[in-house]
Amino acid sequence: MKALALLATLVTGALLLYGTRDFPAWGDPAAPASTYLSPTYIEKAVEQTHVPNIVTAVLGDYRGYDTMFETVVIYCAGMAVVSVLWRKKEEE
Amino acid sequence: MRDLNEHTAGEDLIITTAVRLMVPFIQLFGLYVIVHGHYSPGGGFQGGVILGAAFILLALAYDLKTSQKFMTVKINAILGNLGAAIFIGVGVLCALFGGLFLDYSALDALIPLGPVAWRSFGIFLVEVGVGLTVMSIMVLLYWNLSSGGAMDEGL
Repeated sequence: MKALALLATLVTGALLLYGTRDFPAWGDPAAPASTYLSPTYIEKAVEQTHVPNIVTAVLGDYRGYDTMFETVVIYCAGMAVVSVLWRKKEEE
Repeated sequence: MRDLNEHTAGEDLIITTAVRLMVPFIQLFGLYVIVHGHYSPGGGFQGGVILGAAFILLALAYDLKTSQKFMTVKINAILGNLGAAIFIGVGVLCALFGGLFLDYSALDALIPLGPVAWRSFGIFLVEVGVGLTVMSIMVLLYWNLSSGGAMDEGL
Protein backbone atom coordinates (compact mmCIF):
# COMPACT_ATOMS: atom_id res chain seq x y z
CA MET A 1 0.00 0.00 0.00
CA LYS A 2 2.88 2.35 0.83
CA ALA A 3 4.59 1.51 -2.47
CA LEU A 4 1.32 2.23 -4.29
CA ALA A 5 0.98 5.62 -2.55
CA LEU A 6 4.59 6.46 -3.41
CA LEU A 7 4.01 5.46 -7.03
CA ALA A 8 0.86 7.63 -7.23
CA THR A 9 2.76 10.57 -5.73
CA LEU A 10 5.68 10.18 -8.11
CA VAL A 11 3.45 9.83 -11.19
CA THR A 12 1.35 12.86 -10.20
CA GLY A 13 4.46 14.88 -9.47
CA ALA A 14 6.05 13.91 -12.78
CA LEU A 15 2.85 14.89 -14.65
CA LEU A 16 2.72 18.27 -12.88
CA LEU A 17 6.40 18.91 -13.60
CA TYR A 18 5.82 17.95 -17.24
CA GLY A 19 2.94 20.44 -17.32
CA THR A 20 5.21 23.28 -16.19
CA ARG A 21 7.19 22.93 -19.44
CA ASP A 22 4.40 24.80 -21.23
CA PHE A 23 4.50 27.73 -18.79
CA PRO A 24 5.88 31.05 -20.02
CA ALA A 25 9.34 31.87 -18.71
CA TRP A 26 9.43 33.46 -15.28
CA GLY A 27 8.96 37.24 -15.65
CA ASP A 28 8.28 36.94 -19.38
CA PRO A 29 6.80 40.30 -20.50
CA ALA A 30 4.90 38.56 -23.31
CA ALA A 31 3.09 36.16 -20.95
CA PRO A 32 -0.72 36.56 -20.85
CA ALA A 33 -0.60 37.61 -17.18
CA SER A 34 1.79 40.46 -18.01
CA THR A 35 0.12 41.59 -21.23
CA TYR A 36 -3.38 42.30 -19.98
CA LEU A 37 -4.15 41.03 -16.45
CA SER A 38 -1.57 42.91 -14.38
CA PRO A 39 -1.91 46.18 -16.38
CA THR A 40 -5.69 46.02 -15.98
CA TYR A 41 -5.43 45.62 -12.21
CA ILE A 42 -2.83 48.39 -11.95
CA GLU A 43 -4.78 50.82 -14.12
CA LYS A 44 -8.34 50.11 -13.00
CA ALA A 45 -8.14 48.97 -9.36
CA VAL A 46 -8.34 52.41 -7.72
CA GLU A 47 -10.91 53.66 -10.22
CA GLN A 48 -13.16 50.60 -9.84
CA THR A 49 -12.86 49.92 -6.11
CA HIS A 50 -11.52 53.11 -4.43
CA VAL A 51 -8.94 50.93 -2.66
CA PRO A 52 -5.40 52.36 -2.95
CA ASN A 53 -3.84 49.02 -1.95
CA ILE A 54 -4.07 46.89 -5.10
CA VAL A 55 -3.29 43.71 -3.17
CA THR A 56 -6.40 44.22 -1.03
CA ALA A 57 -8.50 45.10 -4.10
CA VAL A 58 -7.45 41.89 -5.88
CA LEU A 59 -7.79 39.76 -2.74
CA GLY A 60 -11.15 41.10 -1.60
CA ASP A 61 -12.88 41.96 -4.85
CA TYR A 62 -11.45 40.52 -8.06
CA ARG A 63 -10.54 37.26 -6.33
CA GLY A 64 -13.37 37.23 -3.83
CA TYR A 65 -14.19 33.57 -4.40
CA ASP A 66 -10.62 32.56 -3.67
CA THR A 67 -10.59 34.51 -0.41
CA MET A 68 -13.97 33.10 0.61
CA PHE A 69 -12.79 29.53 0.20
CA GLU A 70 -9.51 30.32 1.97
CA THR A 71 -11.62 31.38 4.93
CA VAL A 72 -13.74 28.24 4.63
CA VAL A 73 -10.58 26.10 4.51
CA ILE A 74 -9.31 27.69 7.75
CA TYR A 75 -12.74 27.20 9.30
CA CYS A 76 -12.81 23.53 8.26
CA ALA A 77 -9.28 22.98 9.59
CA GLY A 78 -10.37 24.36 12.95
CA MET A 79 -13.50 22.22 13.02
CA ALA A 80 -11.46 19.11 12.12
CA VAL A 81 -8.96 19.67 14.94
CA VAL A 82 -11.76 20.36 17.41
CA SER A 83 -13.73 17.28 16.40
CA VAL A 84 -10.63 15.08 16.82
CA LEU A 85 -9.20 16.56 20.02
CA TRP A 86 -11.98 18.02 22.13
CA ARG A 87 -12.94 15.81 25.07
CA LYS A 88 -15.88 16.23 27.36
CA LYS A 89 -15.11 16.56 31.08
CA GLU A 90 -16.91 13.33 32.10
CA GLU A 91 -14.67 11.10 30.00
CA GLU A 92 -11.52 11.97 31.93
CA MET B 1 -7.48 43.90 35.18
CA ARG B 2 -8.52 42.67 38.64
CA ASP B 3 -9.06 39.19 37.18
CA LEU B 4 -5.50 39.13 35.92
CA ASN B 5 -4.03 40.18 39.27
CA GLU B 6 -5.62 37.23 41.06
CA HIS B 7 -3.71 34.73 38.95
CA THR B 8 -0.14 35.90 39.41
CA ALA B 9 0.71 33.50 42.27
CA GLY B 10 3.39 31.03 41.26
CA GLU B 11 3.94 32.64 37.89
CA ASP B 12 6.77 34.82 36.71
CA LEU B 13 6.01 38.41 37.70
CA ILE B 14 8.02 39.94 34.87
CA ILE B 15 6.33 37.87 32.18
CA THR B 16 2.81 38.34 33.49
CA THR B 17 3.28 42.08 33.93
CA ALA B 18 4.78 42.48 30.47
CA VAL B 19 1.95 40.46 28.91
CA ARG B 20 -0.66 42.44 30.84
CA LEU B 21 0.77 45.65 29.40
CA MET B 22 1.22 44.29 25.89
CA VAL B 23 -2.13 42.58 25.25
CA PRO B 24 -4.26 45.75 24.81
CA PHE B 25 -1.75 47.18 22.35
CA ILE B 26 -1.53 43.91 20.41
CA GLN B 27 -5.33 43.84 20.12
CA LEU B 28 -5.43 47.48 19.04
CA PHE B 29 -2.76 46.77 16.44
CA GLY B 30 -4.75 43.76 15.21
CA LEU B 31 -7.84 45.91 14.73
CA TYR B 32 -5.69 48.54 12.98
CA VAL B 33 -4.28 45.94 10.59
CA ILE B 34 -7.80 44.71 9.73
CA VAL B 35 -9.41 48.11 9.15
CA HIS B 36 -6.35 49.67 7.51
CA GLY B 37 -5.98 46.89 4.94
CA HIS B 38 -7.30 49.25 2.27
CA TYR B 39 -4.34 51.61 2.61
CA SER B 40 -1.41 49.56 3.89
CA PRO B 41 -0.26 45.95 3.94
CA GLY B 42 -2.69 43.99 6.04
CA GLY B 43 -6.23 42.71 6.01
CA GLY B 44 -8.39 40.07 7.57
CA PHE B 45 -5.94 37.19 7.67
CA GLN B 46 -3.04 39.12 9.15
CA GLY B 47 -5.16 41.11 11.60
CA GLY B 48 -7.02 37.99 12.70
CA VAL B 49 -3.75 36.23 13.45
CA ILE B 50 -2.56 39.21 15.52
CA LEU B 51 -5.85 39.30 17.47
CA GLY B 52 -5.59 35.56 18.07
CA ALA B 53 -1.96 35.93 19.15
CA ALA B 54 -3.06 38.31 21.92
CA PHE B 55 -5.25 35.61 23.46
CA ILE B 56 -2.60 32.94 22.93
CA LEU B 57 -0.05 35.16 24.68
CA LEU B 58 -2.46 35.55 27.59
CA ALA B 59 -2.91 31.78 27.73
CA LEU B 60 0.86 31.23 27.65
CA ALA B 61 1.70 33.73 30.37
CA TYR B 62 -1.18 32.79 32.67
CA ASP B 63 -3.21 29.70 31.78
CA LEU B 64 -6.11 28.70 29.55
CA LYS B 65 -8.70 29.54 32.20
CA THR B 66 -7.50 33.13 32.37
CA SER B 67 -7.71 33.60 28.62
CA GLN B 68 -11.16 32.01 28.66
CA LYS B 69 -12.32 34.63 31.16
CA PHE B 70 -11.83 37.24 28.46
CA MET B 71 -13.22 35.17 25.62
CA THR B 72 -15.24 32.12 26.62
CA VAL B 73 -15.32 29.00 24.46
CA LYS B 74 -18.91 29.80 23.55
CA ILE B 75 -18.23 33.38 22.45
CA ASN B 76 -15.19 32.17 20.53
CA ALA B 77 -17.31 29.63 18.65
CA ILE B 78 -19.99 32.26 17.95
CA LEU B 79 -17.40 34.72 16.60
CA GLY B 80 -15.80 32.09 14.37
CA ASN B 81 -19.11 31.06 12.85
CA LEU B 82 -20.22 34.68 12.58
CA GLY B 83 -17.09 35.55 10.60
CA ALA B 84 -17.66 32.85 8.00
CA ALA B 85 -21.37 33.77 7.91
CA ILE B 86 -20.55 37.46 7.30
CA PHE B 87 -18.39 36.62 4.30
CA ILE B 88 -20.86 34.24 2.69
CA GLY B 89 -23.81 36.39 3.77
CA VAL B 90 -22.37 39.45 1.99
CA GLY B 91 -21.94 37.33 -1.13
CA VAL B 92 -25.50 36.02 -0.94
CA LEU B 93 -26.87 39.55 -0.30
CA CYS B 94 -25.12 40.75 -3.46
CA ALA B 95 -26.79 37.95 -5.40
CA LEU B 96 -30.21 38.73 -3.83
CA PHE B 97 -29.97 42.40 -4.82
CA GLY B 98 -29.48 41.63 -8.46
CA GLY B 99 -25.72 41.35 -8.87
CA LEU B 100 -23.39 38.41 -9.12
CA PHE B 101 -22.26 36.51 -6.04
CA LEU B 102 -19.70 38.75 -4.22
CA ASP B 103 -20.31 41.63 -6.68
CA TYR B 104 -20.44 44.28 -3.94
CA SER B 105 -21.66 47.08 -6.20
CA ALA B 106 -25.09 45.38 -6.28
CA LEU B 107 -25.56 46.36 -2.61
CA ASP B 108 -26.06 49.92 -3.81
CA ALA B 109 -29.74 48.97 -4.10
CA LEU B 110 -29.80 48.36 -0.32
CA ILE B 111 -28.09 51.57 0.86
CA PRO B 112 -27.27 54.05 -1.90
CA LEU B 113 -23.62 54.94 -1.38
CA GLY B 114 -22.61 54.54 -5.01
CA PRO B 115 -21.43 51.31 -6.66
CA VAL B 116 -17.71 52.08 -6.35
CA ALA B 117 -17.95 53.05 -2.69
CA TRP B 118 -19.84 49.81 -2.08
CA ARG B 119 -17.05 47.78 -3.63
CA SER B 120 -14.65 49.41 -1.16
CA PHE B 121 -17.04 48.91 1.76
CA GLY B 122 -17.83 45.34 0.68
CA ILE B 123 -14.13 44.49 0.81
CA PHE B 124 -14.06 45.93 4.34
CA LEU B 125 -17.06 43.83 5.47
CA VAL B 126 -15.50 40.71 4.04
CA GLU B 127 -12.16 41.45 5.72
CA VAL B 128 -13.90 41.78 9.07
CA GLY B 129 -15.48 38.37 8.53
CA VAL B 130 -12.13 36.84 7.63
CA GLY B 131 -10.52 38.44 10.69
CA LEU B 132 -13.15 37.07 13.08
CA THR B 133 -12.88 33.55 11.69
CA VAL B 134 -9.07 33.50 11.68
CA MET B 135 -8.89 34.86 15.24
CA SER B 136 -11.41 32.33 16.52
CA ILE B 137 -9.79 29.36 14.80
CA MET B 138 -6.27 30.36 15.91
CA VAL B 139 -7.36 30.58 19.55
CA LEU B 140 -9.43 27.41 19.31
CA LEU B 141 -6.49 25.47 17.84
CA TYR B 142 -4.17 26.68 20.58
CA TRP B 143 -6.66 25.88 23.36
CA ASN B 144 -7.23 22.38 22.03
CA LEU B 145 -3.63 21.49 21.18
CA SER B 146 -2.09 22.85 24.38
CA SER B 147 -4.53 21.09 26.68
CA GLY B 148 -4.90 17.87 24.70
CA GLY B 149 -8.54 18.71 24.07
CA ALA B 150 -9.46 19.06 27.75
CA MET B 151 -9.65 22.88 27.55
CA ASP B 152 -8.65 23.22 31.22
CA GLU B 153 -5.22 24.41 32.39
CA GLY B 154 -3.12 24.00 29.31
CA LEU B 155 0.66 24.30 29.29
